Amino acid sequence: MSMYGTDKRHHTLTVLVENKSGVLARVASLFSRRGYNIFSLAVAPSDNPKFSRITIVVDVESAPLDQIMKQLDKLIPVVSIRELDPADARERELLLATVEAGPDTRGQVIQLVGVFEGKIVDVGPAHLSVMLAGAPSKLDDFEDLIRGYGIVEMQRTGRVALPMLDRVDHRGQPATGTADTTEKAG
Amino acid sequence: MELTGAQALIKSLEMQHVEVMFGLPGGAILPVYDPILDSSIRHILVRHEQGAGHMAQGYAQVTGRPGVAIVTSGPGATNVVTPLADAYMDSTPLVVITGQVATTSIGTDAFQESDITGITMGITKHNWLITDAADIPRIVSEAFHVATTGRPGPVLIDIPKDIAQSTMEWYWPSPGDLDLPGYRPVTEGDPALIREAAELLLTAERPVIYAGGGILKARAADALRELAERTGIPVVTTLMARGCFPDSHPLCLGMPGMHGNYTAVTAMQKSDLLIALGSRFDDRVTGRVNAFAPEAKIIHVDIDPAEHHKVRRADVAIAGDCRLVIEELLMALESLGLSHSDATRGGSGGTPSDAVAGATAAAGSVAAGFPREGLAPWRSELSAWQKRFPLVYDQQPGAGPLKPQFVVEQLRDRTPEDTIVASGVGQHQMFASQYWQFDHPYTWVNSGGLGTMGFAVPSAIGAKVGRPDKMVWAVDGDGCFQMTAQELVTASSERIPVKIAILNNAYLGMVRQWQEMFYEERYSEVYLSPDLPDYVGWAEAMGCVGIRVESSDDVGAAIDKANSVDDRPVVIDFRTDAFEKVYPMVAAGASNDDIMVDPSQVGGNPA
Repeated sequence: MSMYGTDKRHHTLTVLVENKSGVLARVASLFSRRGYNIFSLAVAPSDNPKFSRITIVVDVESAPLDQIMKQLDKLIPVVSIRELDPADARERELLLATVEAGPDTRGQVIQLVGVFEGKIVDVGPAHLSVMLAGAPSKLDDFEDLIRGYGIVEMQRTGRVALPMLDRVDHRGQPATGTADTTEKAG
Repeated sequence: MELTGAQALIKSLEMQHVEVMFGLPGGAILPVYDPILDSSIRHILVRHEQGAGHMAQGYAQVTGRPGVAIVTSGPGATNVVTPLADAYMDSTPLVVITGQVATTSIGTDAFQESDITGITMGITKHNWLITDAADIPRIVSEAFHVATTGRPGPVLIDIPKDIAQSTMEWYWPSPGDLDLPGYRPVTEGDPALIREAAELLLTAERPVIYAGGGILKARAADALRELAERTGIPVVTTLMARGCFPDSHPLCLGMPGMHGNYTAVTAMQKSDLLIALGSRFDDRVTGRVNAFAPEAKIIHVDIDPAEHHKVRRADVAIAGDCRLVIEELLMALESLGLSHSDATRGGSGGTPSDAVAGATAAAGSVAAGFPREGLAPWRSELSAWQKRFPLVYDQQPGAGPLKPQFVVEQLRDRTPEDTIVASGVGQHQMFASQYWQFDHPYTWVNSGGLGTMGFAVPSAIGAKVGRPDKMVWAVDGDGCFQMTAQELVTASSERIPVKIAILNNAYLGMVRQWQEMFYEERYSEVYLSPDLPDYVGWAEAMGCVGIRVESSDDVGAAIDKANSVDDRPVVIDFRTDAFEKVYPMVAAGASNDDIMVDPSQVGGNPA
């Protein structure tokens, strides 16, 4: 079953925050207090050590996206927010799974990993640990297929995203037209 | 210059021109209390930390300056949570300093440890845990900046004991040293939107200005008055905005909302354009949202863009400071051909009793004398409602039960016109808001959004500290009074001569009213007793003058006596009628079209 796919309910927010203690708690607390649903959340330092990037996939049926963004924007450590419509974004996610792979099925699992351009990261007598990075929908498909062999354990990171580049611009400059960056306001 | 963290903290408050702070010491904040002895800042020792927070709120609401409270860790900090939540709801600038256990003990469940930054995350505009004494001046500067700019609000600074005891090299940051890359409040409105708003405003036939607390925060009362007078558009003032536009002004319709007067509520319902200025479409104003002002277009001016479209989609949403936006709007109106109207300035008003909450304003006064003849039919419709549905009550002379509304009217008429009134939450608050005549900004102190019972006594004390030149009365209920009355000990010992009028109906009156109206008169846990406690004896035990009034004949003399006392607090125990209900009323969840007027006015409701 697809967790994300290209569901219209889900929008991705990439949020630049100050790299200070408690920032993630402030963001999470805001979402829970105002009843906004989070589908996935990924956080890591950005290219500037002063700031971190939080990528949040939100359920826009739980609250209007405009309201979620404005409330988020009111948090003092939130520096900027960019909203990415899945249709205008390059989204990637990482999946790690340990799959049943006894002598009978091992070959099929390895083949499947090859077809999806994943990697085998660990080998045991009856199991394989596999890795796949890609678009969330591709991970959904892969997950459906390996489930038949028996998933022992699986983790997905939640997605990160960048806006699509503007193909019309022949000078090769990154596009800004499709993504929305809010100005801070208090 | 080397200072301890504690010294640096107090010096930083001095640099912020703090003149007074309200607090109560304890273990973790002990180091910070030592340099208070050498400071120019007045410290007022409260009897409960909640009192410190509400006093700081009262101070902030009447002065416009941030209120400062200082308390210890653990229970001291958690006791100030209610005032923080209250200030957050009402956008009151507060700086609360809490002691914290030493950094080496944080997370160990140490004595009097509480995660106050975690607890207050959702009820402060921001909070800080100081982890290095060298950060103190910068963090204090940031805290005051955040509390007072943009949409104001409370902030909290948590200072661990070892940080207060460690040393740092003193410095004072310049504005550029503040480290707030994510904080850039907007103040000036978008000119294109302002022009759009001006065009809407000139074409509307039934416009209403819906003025909220943001007018007061932005110090925009004068600008609002000019806007109303030049456009001839009537004004409703929400509970948070009482006083921002004079009740005696012919264009003032008074308070809208659940207990607003008929004209204010109905004017909004029938309006074709609501100009919301610093107001936020609170559920107590809108009633059932999808039935609220169904024909109205909305211009919504708020400094917090998150308020736009939150409850009601605006046709023109302008992010900005209310004063600046109104000034820009006036210029836009002028460029669209709206002329100055100095000759038709209204505002001299009727006598106080004529203009209470706009409800009994002199007939025809809204209709006449203002520019833009096209609005005359609308203004005369409003006048007709004012005449037909004034606020009413029936005070029989002598032995008849004492009506709370009568007490408020007597207070209004027997005190200076710029008297500051504080209130708690409940029936008495509504009576005070309805029957007082607010003609000056910053004369009404109350808990609007959070609805905190017990707010009146401490906030009145804070207001008196902030404005010692003004008379300060608290209109309180007996239920509310019992929650925070101990702060009158603070007031007595600090010689802060506030005056408290308890409208003592021996009930949790508003809850009683709902049980009577919506729970088939099944009264569950609302009876309090008129004389347990003995309010006069209690007042006297706290160093106040105590007076009891049971008859309407004695109300005036008691108020006059209270007004003559200037060296200590006064408490008057008014024994009021428990059966009196607040009208008009829009039941929770009902449409504002279904406003219930006083039973004596039922029959012939034109709506």
